[in-house]
Amino acid sequence: MAKIIVITSGKGGVGKTTTSAAFAAGLALRGFKTVVIDFDIGLRNLDLIMGCERRVVYDFVNVIRGESNLKQALIKDKRIDNLYILPASQTRDKDALTLEGVEKVFDELNPEFDYIVCDSPAGIERGAYLAMYFADTAIVVTNPEVSSVRDSDRMLGILASKSRRSEQKLEPIKEHLLLTRYATSRVERGDMLSVDDVLEILAIPLLGVIPESQAVLRASNSGVPVTMDPESDAGQAYLDAVGRFLGEDIPYRFIKPVKRTFLQRIFGAKEGAAA
Amino acid sequence: MSLLDYIFRNSKQAKGTASIAKERLQIIVSHERTTRSGPDYLPMLQRELIEVITKYVDIDQDQVKVELERSGNFSILELNIMLPDEATVE
Repeated sequence: MAKIIVITSGKGGVGKTTTSAAFAAGLALRGFKTVVIDFDIGLRNLDLIMGCERRVVYDFVNVIRGESNLKQALIKDKRIDNLYILPASQTRDKDALTLEGVEKVFDELNPEFDYIVCDSPAGIERGAYLAMYFADTAIVVTNPEVSSVRDSDRMLGILASKSRRSEQKLEPIKEHLLLTRYATSRVERGDMLSVDDVLEILAIPLLGVIPESQAVLRASNSGVPVTMDPESDAGQAYLDAVGRFLGEDIPYRFIKPVKRTFLQRIFGAKEGAAA
Repeated sequence: MSLLDYIFRNSKQAKGTASIAKERLQIIVSHERTTRSGPDYLPMLQRELIEVITKYVDIDQDQVKVELERSGNFSILELNIMLPDEATVE
């Protein structure tokens, strides 16, 4: 039985797709057979972040409509064994995704995979609803910024009341907080909400803190999940988060500012470089 | 910006804006949680109240607001009905 993970946030642009790609790749690197599914119907982008945009032939909606079978639509990653991508459709038909259709695809993936990672679109519309509906676990991606924190709280309410687990009165979805784009120096200055601030407000367990990092843009530029760049701070932080997700006790890094020497300050050593 | 401004800027903003953000978030999030976790009977109550009131007064459906607010150890059920300019009693 595969475990279904939804990467969600409510707000857009906080790093859901980056996280989906990094996390799925991280799980696959650990040897788990993982599929990552793009639920952002109409605005397909996971394929670009995963670097397989030119290999898309069939998509999620084709499978649901029976226009192709699942095997034809799944793209096997060329770099990491055990990693597969199911791209979103670019149709403008809002009703292309159906609950029954998604369930059918999950039923088929279930015996084949260890993890199904669902990359939720922003908002609380159909795509986001279906991405979280069947989830066992949710990773709530949040930026240390007011609108993102508020939307995450809203999303937590939806996870607790609108999911399959809540409707069938099963054990609730397990929630994890992933704080992204964290800038320790700004937190230190008092101009950015700290990890503790966000934890106090959202009150869910912390899975990881991903520093604001140049590695993320570099990774997306080249279509490589950032966890495949283990030298980078963001890559390391994501790999740590994957380890914690698998139950390992890993200390938090990148939550204290990097001490810079006088000379580094003068010559402008990069903030948030790997510590 | 003069050098003095630069030096004193940090001390002036010592508190930073993060504390304002946190305070605002705590208030709005807790408010939104109470409305979210409102009892299931609220919509039904609202419907039935509207039915009763429309028996006597011609009101618009969206002119009725039923809200339950919790503060401390008590709750307030707030019923807000906008009556038309000339309430027509049947």
